[in-house]
Amino acid sequence: MEATLPTTAQDNFFYRHRLMVGLLLVIGVIVAVAHSQEPRITHAVLSATLRQSTPLVLGALCGLWGERTGVINIGIEGQMLLGAFIGFLVNVFTGNLFLAVSAGILMGVLLGLLLAFMSVTLKMDQIIGGTVINILALGITGYFYQQGLTTQGKLQPLPLGPLADIPLIGPVLFNNPPITYLTLFLVGFSHYLLFYSRWGLRSRAVGEHPRAADTVGINVYLMRYVNVMFGGGMAGLAGAFLSLEAVGTFERAMTNGRGFLALAVMIFGKWTPLGSWGAALLVGLTYALNTQFQFLGLGEIPPQFMGTLPYLITIIVLAVFVGHARPPAAEGIPYEKE
Amino acid sequence: MSLGSGSWIAPLRRFVAAISLPLLSILIALLIGALVIMIDEGSPLEAYRALFHGAFGTQAAIQRTMEKATPLIFSGLAVAFAFKGGLFNIGAQGQLLFGAATAGIVGYIVTGLPAIIHVPLSVLAGALAGALYGAIPGALKRFRGAHEVITTIMLNYIAINLTDYLATGPFRDTTPGNIVARTPLIEDSARIPVLGDAPGIPLGFVLALLAGLFVWWLLARTTIGFEISTVGRSPHAAQYAGIRVTAIVIVTMALSGALAGIGGAVETLGIFGRYQPGFNVGLGFDGITVALLGKTHPVGVIFSALLVGAMRAGAPQMQFSVGVRPDIIDMVLAIILFFIAADLIRRWLVRRRGERVVEGEEIMLSTGWGQQA
Repeated sequence: MEATLPTTAQDNFFYRHRLMVGLLLVIGVIVAVAHSQEPRITHAVLSATLRQSTPLVLGALCGLWGERTGVINIGIEGQMLLGAFIGFLVNVFTGNLFLAVSAGILMGVLLGLLLAFMSVTLKMDQIIGGTVINILALGITGYFYQQGLTTQGKLQPLPLGPLADIPLIGPVLFNNPPITYLTLFLVGFSHYLLFYSRWGLRSRAVGEHPRAADTVGINVYLMRYVNVMFGGGMAGLAGAFLSLEAVGTFERAMTNGRGFLALAVMIFGKWTPLGSWGAALLVGLTYALNTQFQFLGLGEIPPQFMGTLPYLITIIVLAVFVGHARPPAAEGIPYEKE
Repeated sequence: MSLGSGSWIAPLRRFVAAISLPLLSILIALLIGALVIMIDEGSPLEAYRALFHGAFGTQAAIQRTMEKATPLIFSGLAVAFAFKGGLFNIGAQGQLLFGAATAGIVGYIVTGLPAIIHVPLSVLAGALAGALYGAIPGALKRFRGAHEVITTIMLNYIAINLTDYLATGPFRDTTPGNIVARTPLIEDSARIPVLGDAPGIPLGFVLALLAGLFVWWLLARTTIGFEISTVGRSPHAAQYAGIRVTAIVIVTMALSGALAGIGGAVETLGIFGRYQPGFNVGLGFDGITVALLGKTHPVGVIFSALLVGAMRAGAPQMQFSVGVRPDIIDMVLAIILFFIAADLIRRWLVRRRGERVVEGEEIMLSTGWGQQA
């Protein structure tokens, strides 16, 4: 029973994350070799990895902020979809990208509020609450979407001065559109907040043992409301990323299962921000490689087999290397004040 | 309870109580939907009339409703059954696709059989494909600790790709002039017929009802059903009681997958007559909605599948004759699900009568989420 309670991330960081550290080293070597051989393709693959991982890690952060305080969120897909839609609409009618992204985030927060209301106040089953949000989002976006609306521009890359000139790393990491930077910040910020702040400690207490948390004066309901809404904002941001940064327009059901994939990424990352980021990058990498392989055309292999690659790799990594993951103890259970 | 003295009054009261709250929920949801249509400058009355007419107005419409409900009953039962075993099977979609594709292949590749053998053979092939595909996440969970929510999501994507490959590659319809990736038409002997004259009762629908009965019987009346729900409630207690949890988890997932697989098979053999990628997408996810609407009870699943099926059957006419988009259905369904799950109406009624709110037979599915079975 080693290290069952994630109290601090510090104790024996490298040991506890030996898998990730090892994986990062291996990937680093591969990238260096690849870059020396095929710089253009390497750059394309790495950029695509980051791009694909962005909505996934945002969705995973949404999920883990909820679950760490005891609220399961399977409505991430719907929060993303409505966030993408509202962001798109605001951009169409105002042409202001900042307003559009904010509206997308706000939509996510509002849906987070709805989920919190259902699961905390009404004590509804949380799986049902999330499903309500998913169907609702599908219905609303489908009903109100009008074809022929065009966006007024999309978010453009902002090179970060001299940093962007570093070979390989520069163009991949420091020449990105704003939501990508914001996402990287949110990963680090979530990690800090969850493991090194009073707020995070309280959140985790509420997720593990709400009764005990209540006894020492922590407002369980409030913590759950705020964290689920905070997470919702990140799912909304993921939606805004899709419609305003990655694609530049809205399409029906454009999230295409990313909200569920994000859930997988969160569990894969063992309910931690950094772990989720690593998992999202891995899934993103498999997407990027897949695209690249299909582009290069790998002889006789049917494209559908290549298409299964990201999912197959996720299952294999999960089944072979990761194994059991322990979710927060009190998740899914509505808290009843005595 | 003094009123329910007569022998038939008590069950009747219970029936009315069980049915009235869902009906009220549906009514409220339709009213909210009407509001949305009005804001959108449409006529809700005309829209709902068209919706109803498209679902029940003619005998052909009723048949269409039953046809739409059939795969939903199967996928709903699949999800509900897994829930009873404490497992969240998001993978009904993938299992359904494999069932649909396999039935389509057996339906055209095997020839010269009488229908009485060919139809069951094709359905069983679909069931087996779904069962095997469903057993994978069960085994991965027990032997490798891989969470079924992740693995079933991943297996859905893999199923989409692999069934697409089957229909584009080895089992492609090579009829001259065909440019679509799909399997050839199945033999007539593999077709699931419609009972009665032209608009009649699809045999697949009858199968779905029987499947519901079977699931109820299995869960309520058999040892293995008892073991499944015991594992669902607490894997540790089940283990302690001597139940072989690993076997039960895998069997639960396999049976759940088989139900979804039959749903796909019936869709191929009874409706489309072939497997074509993209035809069955969404049915598995609708299964989650149906299972939750039906409170994971087999009878509830059948009724909620009929509700969703009727709405899906009527929606095209609503769009065609009044111009209201079918997506309004999803909104209405979400609201129905909300009201049924939140139990708001019952709480409100109880409070009005000045009684204490007693938590009824509420379902809690999500507590099973974190259990390490």
